[in-house]
Amino acid sequence: MELMEGELEKITAEVEQVIKDQGTERERLIPILQGVQEKLGYLPKEAMKKVAEAVEVSEVEIYEIATFYNQFRLNPPGKHQIKVCMGTACHMTGGNIIMESFERRLDIKEGETTPDREFSLERVACVGCCALAPVVVVDENVEAKVRPTRVDGILLGFDMEKKAAEKEMQKAASEQKTQEEEG
Amino acid sequence: MANSVTITIDGKQISAAEGDKLLWVALENGIYIPHLCGIKEKEKPDASCRLCFVEVEGMANPVTSCTLPVTDGMVVKTRTERVDRLIATGFELLLTNHRLGCAKCAKNGSCQLQKIAKERGLKLRLTRLRSVLKEMQTDDSLGSVAFDPSRCVLCGQCVWADRKENKGNIGFIRRGISRKVSTFGEVPLAESGCTRCGKCVEVCPVGALVKNS
Repeated sequence: MELMEGELEKITAEVEQVIKDQGTERERLIPILQGVQEKLGYLPKEAMKKVAEAVEVSEVEIYEIATFYNQFRLNPPGKHQIKVCMGTACHMTGGNIIMESFERRLDIKEGETTPDREFSLERVACVGCCALAPVVVVDENVEAKVRPTRVDGILLGFDMEKKAAEKEMQKAASEQKTQEEEG
Repeated sequence: MANSVTITIDGKQISAAEGDKLLWVALENGIYIPHLCGIKEKEKPDASCRLCFVEVEGMANPVTSCTLPVTDGMVVKTRTERVDRLIATGFELLLTNHRLGCAKCAKNGSCQLQKIAKERGLKLRLTRLRSVLKEMQTDDSLGSVAFDPSRCVLCGQCVWADRKENKGNIGFIRRGISRKVSTFGEVPLAESGCTRCGKCVEVCPVGALVKNS
């Protein structure tokens, strides 16, 4: 995942702060990584390298921990977070088909984030409304009885929202321009 | 120097240093016990391959010999019905995730899996379990060394050797069925800090890490 402008500086500062708070003992590794993730939303490679350097373990050991525990994510959360339920009921009613639909449409794999950081795709174990299976939670909204066509619908909705917002921006900009010219 | 103790393995009297692990005592005295993950210098053995089971008199269940320190008067049996069953199942479980086809493997003839199969009369194919092998790309990036994760048995010998020799470039990533040996960020070996010392190839018991001919 490419870093955004100014992100490296933020990573450096946050990691330094967390290490200052937690110390550099090997036993503190997991709390350090948790702290970094809390601040940054995920564990970028640059952050893992810095932690490895500070705690004096090899980089791959940090990577071992980060890939072992489910609580750590290696990709940044997207602007819109899509969580596909893979609980028993959702699995039985085709949750994997829904996951595949998202993977195909967004061209990313489960657990990844689109390069423009618009969408991140995750699997969750159960969201508690099995009667509505298969369920997808998009940001805070529960989508019930999702079909592959609904996957297209959800993404189209965001696409239109984005385009409308861009249009609004352009309109506001041009209005400001004409006002300036008149004034 | 630790106290010398006398133990009996399969009816054979053996003297050993107290506290030494049973697996290494047996091997040094010419008694073969199957093993893959055992590393003698390691203080706390992983005991993850589940192949070095033996039965010890006075213990209710078979134990892994790599974790068992010898004590005086210990009576060990390396072949009992329960031990054979455990090892046969453990061995077949390893094979469910191991690409077979020994004829095409560079380690054919010097593979530890073949040795275990021969010693214990086990088959090098699946009989009860189904394969869960995933197609994985061989890492040829080093040129001189090829790493084929589909032949890896996750014994950890290469990880240990790498950490002893270098600062550590390879490790176990993910967990469960997705667990594999890889580098930081899962980059090819050539792009990691690999020093090409070749120690990992030396210790690999199977055909996962081999020299390219």
